[in-house]
Amino acid sequence: MKDSVFEIYENFPLTDDVFQMKLTGDVSDITTPGQFINIKIDSLYLRRPISVCGKDENSVTIIYKVVGKGTEILSKMQKGEKLSVLTGLGNGYDTSLSGETPLLIGGGVGVPPLYLLAKELIKQNKKVSVILGFNKKSEVFYENEFKKLGCDVSVTTVDGSYGIKGFVTNAIKNGYSYFYTCGPEPMLKAVYKSTDTSGQFSFEERMGCGFGACMGCSCKTITGYKRICKDGPVLKKEEILWED
Amino acid sequence: MGRLEVDLCGITLSNPVIPASGTFGFGYEFAEIFDINKLGTFSFKGTTKESRFGNPTPRIAECTAGMINSVGLQNPGVEKVISEELPKLKKCFNKPVMANVSGFSVDDYAYTCEKLDKEEQVGWLEVNISCPNVHNGGMSFGTNPNSASEVVKAVKKVTTKPVIVKLSPNVTDIVSIAKACEDAGADGISLINTLLGMRIDLKTKKPVIANTMGGFSGPAIFPVALRMVYQVAKAVNIPVVGMGGVSSAEDVIEMMLAGATAVEVGAANLINPTASLEIINNLESTMDKYNINNLKDIIGGV
Repeated sequence: MKDSVFEIYENFPLTDDVFQMKLTGDVSDITTPGQFINIKIDSLYLRRPISVCGKDENSVTIIYKVVGKGTEILSKMQKGEKLSVLTGLGNGYDTSLSGETPLLIGGGVGVPPLYLLAKELIKQNKKVSVILGFNKKSEVFYENEFKKLGCDVSVTTVDGSYGIKGFVTNAIKNGYSYFYTCGPEPMLKAVYKSTDTSGQFSFEERMGCGFGACMGCSCKTITGYKRICKDGPVLKKEEILWED
Repeated sequence: MGRLEVDLCGITLSNPVIPASGTFGFGYEFAEIFDINKLGTFSFKGTTKESRFGNPTPRIAECTAGMINSVGLQNPGVEKVISEELPKLKKCFNKPVMANVSGFSVDDYAYTCEKLDKEEQVGWLEVNISCPNVHNGGMSFGTNPNSASEVVKAVKKVTTKPVIVKLSPNVTDIVSIAKACEDAGADGISLINTLLGMRIDLKTKKPVIANTMGGFSGPAIFPVALRMVYQVAKAVNIPVVGMGGVSSAEDVIEMMLAGATAVEVGAANLINPTASLEIINNLESTMDKYNINNLKDIIGGV
């Protein structure tokens, strides 16, 4: 974990309510796809945890949806403004288990962390397939970005206005060696039931600190209690205990 | 003697700043980013007899200048705290630590304190009779002078270490509870635990916290905490540890002027992991600004 100041390099909308922000600063603690950063917004008390979508030597890219006060303020911030950011949070995806033909399944703002993961897997010469799920055509983002990496990309929309009609699970085809997923919990549950290999799931939970101190985001797993922020956000299929 | 040194129940603290229980884990998460030996000490995660998962999530809600938590005393239980957490702590912390203890019966408190009493690194026992997030335990002992007194007496029988009793602000007369603890043999009082609070999500029309209510902390509660520290410190003859919304060196000095011998920092650690260290680093220059030579001299100055 590192606590440092980042400067906004760019901040623009990808869809009506989803924004992409690139921040420059010390990214040395961001080591694994699937990790997140925790952003302090001056007028609000708690930090905002947002997953890492991309990074290079001196910048990190995040994609966020405007869902409340914090993300609304973020969406209005300008190039050159500064933010206090905790980096290097969370365990991230373990790429060593991917096999040769991994499948990546993302829903909505669960898509962004899969981008850095796809990049990493392709660097390791894996043949990567991606399923991106959205509600409707106007919400679709990053299809071309994944294609440019060399992934085989399918897009699903619930209303059928773009790509395959239905849910991400309608687009799962046999032949994948392993899977990685991130998205809303109902989607994660459906993926859990519709997959026949092992895989890794990235979870979301309301957090206090984001670095393992407050126990605000704990969940029960087969291997014991885990803090989503510190022992997660990525859990392996074998350890998940669905609660409802 | 350093300008920042204080004596808390016979143990010298190099400075009065103590991260509060529940905001600092067992220390080692923070040891990754700063040398936690710079702290006066810290109070570790509330420990109970048995292991506890705690409350359902969401456990956290944001407020103006603060937050609500309803963790519900998640901890691995005293046996594992001793066998797993304390050995890890020993590697990164070489000072006496404050052991925070909670329970669901008088016997629970005594059991856990007796176990922790044998641990060399434990300097003080902070007995939490004020957790608002568990039923039939925690706060229910701290809202009545008689039950508070019973817990203190039972704990004092099983330990020779200083016993500091952590009080709840969710009472009509905190002074009477503090006095009952003093009469029962407490060596110190710490206050305040969180204020019982609540938020409602306008989109779902339901409470944000799964358990409906939780403990409100953060800078918003500082004036309430300061007032209670002042009232209690005037009424008892044992050291008082002040806490509640402390976020700066100025806040520490205010708490000490109100009567605190040492000061705990809570929610601030969660927002800024180096908050306690920054407060310590700012203390001397803040003292200079207000013509304070020695922190010890200002305790209860108001």
